[in-house]
Parts: sequence; C-alpha cells; structure tokens
Amino acid sequence: MNGGTNGMLEIRNLHVAVDGKPILNGIDLTVGAGEVHAIMGPNGSGKSTLAYVLAGRPGYEVTAGSVLYDGRDLLAMSPEERARNGVFLAFQYPVEIPGVGTTSFLKSAVNAVRRHRGLPEFDAMEFLKLVREKRGLLKIEDEMLRRSLNVGFSGGEKKRNEILQMALLEPRLAVLDETDSGLDIDALRIVADGINALRGPERAMLLITHYQRLLDYVQPDRVHVLAGGRISRSGGKDLALQLEKDGYAEVAA
Amino acid sequence: MAVSTDTAQSIRSSAGERYKYGFVTDIESETAPRGLDEDTVRFISAKKNEPAWLLDWRLKAYRTWTAMREPGWAKVAYPPIDYQDAYYYSAPKSKPSPKSLDEIDPELLRTYAKLGIPIREQEALAGIAVDAVFDSVSVATTFRAKLAEVGVIFCSISEAVQKHPELVRKYLGSVVPYSDNFFATLNSAVFTDGSFVYVPEGVRCPMELSTYFRINAAQTGQFERTLIIADRGSHVSYLEGCTAPMRDENQLHAAVVELVAFDDAEIKYSTVQNWYPGDENGKGGIYNFVTKRGACRGRNSCISWTQVETGSAITWKYPSCILQGENSVGKFYSIAIVNNRQQADTGTKMIHIGKNTRSTIVSKGISAGRAQNTYRGLVRILPGAANARNHTQCDSLLIGDRCGAHTIPYIETRNRSARVEHEATTSKIGDDQLFYCRQRGLSAEDSLSLIVNGFCKQVLQELPMEFAVEAQKLVGISLEGSVG
Repeated sequence: MNGGTNGMLEIRNLHVAVDGKPILNGIDLTVGAGEVHAIMGPNGSGKSTLAYVLAGRPGYEVTAGSVLYDGRDLLAMSPEERARNGVFLAFQYPVEIPGVGTTSFLKSAVNAVRRHRGLPEFDAMEFLKLVREKRGLLKIEDEMLRRSLNVGFSGGEKKRNEILQMALLEPRLAVLDETDSGLDIDALRIVADGINALRGPERAMLLITHYQRLLDYVQPDRVHVLAGGRISRSGGKDLALQLEKDGYAEVAA
Repeated sequence: MAVSTDTAQSIRSSAGERYKYGFVTDIESETAPRGLDEDTVRFISAKKNEPAWLLDWRLKAYRTWTAMREPGWAKVAYPPIDYQDAYYYSAPKSKPSPKSLDEIDPELLRTYAKLGIPIREQEALAGIAVDAVFDSVSVATTFRAKLAEVGVIFCSISEAVQKHPELVRKYLGSVVPYSDNFFATLNSAVFTDGSFVYVPEGVRCPMELSTYFRINAAQTGQFERTLIIADRGSHVSYLEGCTAPMRDENQLHAAVVELVAFDDAEIKYSTVQNWYPGDENGKGGIYNFVTKRGACRGRNSCISWTQVETGSAITWKYPSCILQGENSVGKFYSIAIVNNRQQADTGTKMIHIGKNTRSTIVSKGISAGRAQNTYRGLVRILPGAANARNHTQCDSLLIGDRCGAHTIPYIETRNRSARVEHEATTSKIGDDQLFYCRQRGLSAEDSLSLIVNGFCKQVLQELPMEFAVEAQKLVGISLEGSVG
C-alpha cells in the first residue's frame, strides 16, 4: 500500500516496546530512493519511537518485524554503522555537549563517515571550506560554529545546525523528527529551504511532523497517519490538508 | 612491594645480606641491602658524595620518620606497606632489559601507537637499551647550553648539590620541611634524584623545561625530589611526567616537589601522570603518594599547578600554594580520571597569608568502572589576608553506576573581608549525548572520549600546547572499555 516493493527502506510488521510497554504495533512502510514521505500523527502515536528505532537508539526493543535498508538488516547494525552507511536522524531535541566546539564535532562526524567510505579525512582548512559551502541558505555564522555544540543555541539555531549536519554528512536516508517544532515562520522557511536543497534522486526522506505547516514548504510524495502505533491511513499530500482541516480524531479513526 | 620473591632471593645471593657485609664504607656496591635504617641513609648520601649538612638533614628526617605513622585519613584503601621489605638505592631490575619491541607487551605498544609516540621514544619508554644513534644526552646538552646563556640552571638535584650547594642548602626543605608528613619525611631521608631549576632575576625561561627530557624522566626513581626557584621577575614553565604508561619496578612512589617564587615571579608546573594503574582488578598498580607545594614568597608572585592524573592504582596528592606575598596568586587546575579499581584522593591547599591574595581551583573528576575519586581541598584564610579571594569549582562526572565521586572541601576563614566561593556539580554521562554522537558516525569510545574531553576542556587548555594534544588522547585511552 506504500508504493514500490523495492524500496530503499522496507519496514515490515514492526513491533516495538519501551520498558515492556508496546508503542509500535505493526508498522508497514516502504520508501524508495528519491521519495519524501511525511509521517503525521497525534502526540503519543509513536512517531518519535519510529525515528529512534530506525536510528538504533538503545532502550527500544523490537519485539517483532523487520527493517531492511538497501536490502540489509538495519536492526542488526549499531547506531554508528547505520550513520556511516547513510542513515541520518535530525533530532527533535538536539543534545548539548559542553566544551566540544561545534566545528570540531562536525569535523569528527564527517571524518568518521569518510573513513568508513575509504576517503581521505579533511584537515581543518579543508573542512572549514566545506562548511562555508554547505551552510548556504541556512544563515549559520562562524560565531555560532565556534560555540560548544548546541550549548546556548536558540531553538532555531539548533534546528538549522541539524540541517547543516545533514548537508555535510550527505545521508541516503534522512529521518527528520519534528524539525519544524518550536520554529517561527522565518526560521521554518530557512529550515524548509535547507531540506528542499537536499532533495535528490538518490536520497529518501522521512518527515515526522505534528502539523501540516512544514508540508506547505516541503512537498511530500506520500503522507501517512500514525495512530495507536500503526499506520492508519496513507495518501498523497492532500491527506495532510484534510488532517489540518478535520483533525486527527476524524481522519485517523 | 613490587619486587618479586625471585628478585629478592637473587639479590640476597648476589649483594649479600645486610649484616653479613658491612656496607657503610662499601660504596663500591651498587645496591643498598634491603630495608631501611640509618646505615641505608648514610649509604645513599655517601654514594652521592654529599656534604655533611645534607647527610645530617637526611638523618634528622629518618629519625623523625621512625616516630611517624602513615596517614589514614584519605579515602583510599590498600594493604599495609612493609617499608623494610624494599630497596632504597639502585634496586635492580627484576627482569633483564628487553632487547627489542618484539619483547614488549603488545597492549603497551598499542597504547604507544594510539598516543602517536615515535618508535625511538617507545623503545626508551619500554626500557629497551637505546642504541648510539639515538642520543638523548646530546639533545639535552644542546638545550642546556641555551639555558646557560640566560643563566638558567637546570640539572639533576644530585648535580646541584655538587655544583650549587649554597642554593640547595638555602631552599631544600624550605617549603616542605623534612618533618612535614610521613611520605615527605621518608622522601627527605632517602631521595635519590630529581630536578633542580633556578631562574635568575628578570629572566623569562626561553623554553618549556623538561619537554625534551621526557625519556630521561622514565629513569627517575621512586623517591624523586624536585626544587624550582624563580627569582624576582622571572618566569618558568615546567612539565613533568609523560602520557605514555611507563614500565616501573617500584610500587611505592613518594615524590616531593618544592617551588619558590619571589616578587613578580611566575612558576607554571604541569604534570601528566600515567603510572601503571594495575590490572582491571587493581592488582599490581603504583601507589603515588606525592607532596607538592609552592611558596609565593614575593609580592605579585604566581604559582599554578596543572595536573592530569590518569594512572596509578592509588593517587594521594595535594599540590598546594602558600600565598605569602601581597597580591600573590595561586592556581590549581586538575583532571583526575579513575577507571576499574583505581582510587584517587587529590586536591589542593590554598593558604592565604598576605593581603589581596587570590586563588582559583578548578577540579574535574571522572570516575568509571568501580573506581573511587575524591576531591579534597583546603582554602585557609589567615587573619592578615585582607581581601583574599578564592573561587573553587569541582565538577564530577560518573560513567556507569558502580563508581564513586566525593567532594570534600575544607574552608577556614579568619578574615572578614575575605570572599570564598565553592561550586560543585556531579553529573552522569548522558545516554542521550552518547547516542547523539554515535548517530553522527562516531564509535561509542570516540563519543565518550569527545564528551569527557569537553568536560575537561577548562583544564586542558591550561596545558602547554603539545602536552594538551597528548593529554586529550590520553583521556580517551584511560576510559577504554567503560562503555559498551
């Protein structure tokens, strides 16, 4: 029901529990290369759990089902293996790491991925050049990059920093967890422009969002409604508009 | 003690038992017999051809020591040490020197490689007899000539006793008296070597001292004695220790370091201590019981201690400042990392005597495994220390749930105009921080190292540049195996 059978990401009958409590109760979802899918749903429907399970966060127990990524068993990989193989999660709440400069963190991450791909590591100068090229529309100044990672960043700065990381790491599968939350309209536009700039035929994206407003700027190929740990409806971008108009209770029931 | 039974037996047969051969005059022998009494002290002094005043000083120390008791107040536990079952002069190696790196523990080599230590230095650190091509002595000589040009004296304390007896006599024991404490008093009786530095008036020492002597430092004994004097308006930065884990035969290390700073002088003393911590069960590690103290005697003088303590089974160490001169400044920056079964009880003492004296204490303690880490610090403001200021910040980071962190500040203020501030935090390393780093492609260990280095940054940036780079790597290596 979710498009092609040879997706980059194939989630089959995925059941997940946290502390013994079932959160996801049989998710089926296929996302092909070049596609952008939106996952919408009310609070507590399991949206963030899905994002974390795909990224491999410890503490999320898969009780049944499977996830294939480029035909490989994603769930058997460690979080860093997934990242190095092109799975990226833009965090809803980016984590603060005091004393670790933002640039030096970004460089460590990019070089970890490059090492994995057999590419030479960037030195400080090369990396700075890359950052200046990639930050493009995101309005990220050098001053912000000199601060400790996410420490004292405004909500908008944190989210822009997530998109910058996505641009630098060039993932094949990007999961964006409520990247629009807490942003004013100008910040939302900047972030959306950043996301659109990264759309491409080789890259799949999963946009997790509570509201339809991000989808005004980033047009999804498919929209899925998550309710009670299952996908209750799927459709085109019109489904998002219908949700906005009628509410989750009506549509997802 | 660490000397094995085999060795003890071989010594008995080769060097002979104490009472069988009188050895007081037998200075041809390279080894003092096992045990400690006045004859041992005389033997050491005679071996080093010391003047009578120094022998007297050692003997006074020895006699004081026999009436002292080992301190028991630190939060460390270890089996009793038998001081008579040890060698106090040229204890022979228990094994013949390895011939090449092929004979060295691969685990040790792996660590050297991670630290990026050149092969030549690795050989020296591992105790391999170095060949003639690698002549560290000539390097030392070159630098010494450069120092001599500006009048800086930098030599071993034994050499200083011979060549500059007036300076040694004037300052030795002037900051840490021979009767100071159990371990310092033992050191005063039996110290065998260490460093001596004198920086004359108005001279800014043209290089960091001891960077180029790292290899020589591997040869230093268990009772080191260091004395640094900075005359008026001078400046010196001294680096002690080594990031590489060192092979050492002695379990007990009881060093003494004394610093003296006169008007407008500054001494910056940096240490990286990475002695063998023992295996994961705490077996076989070094006991590091050190007394370090600096006296800011002059107006506007400054002494700063920066330490990165990652090694030793037990660390007992409180580098201190006596702030006597008006406007003098004392600083203490510390990183103490303990893993597995290590125990550290470390901190500082800031004694404010003069007016407008200021002190800063920044302590970062990291505990992992089943280790115990204690910060113990004293800030004492004496009645004459008007407007004295202290700021203390103690941060503890816990990794896992079986380790401990303890903060024990002592504050004594006897002047109403003084201001003393103490801030302390304890945090657990966040799973969310680790996951965030791993989601960006960093391994669990690299993530931990990155987060802990961030936690320590305030102290790391006090280290001289090249030392700081090595210390950062060391932080990561010290915590290996503490995350899954």
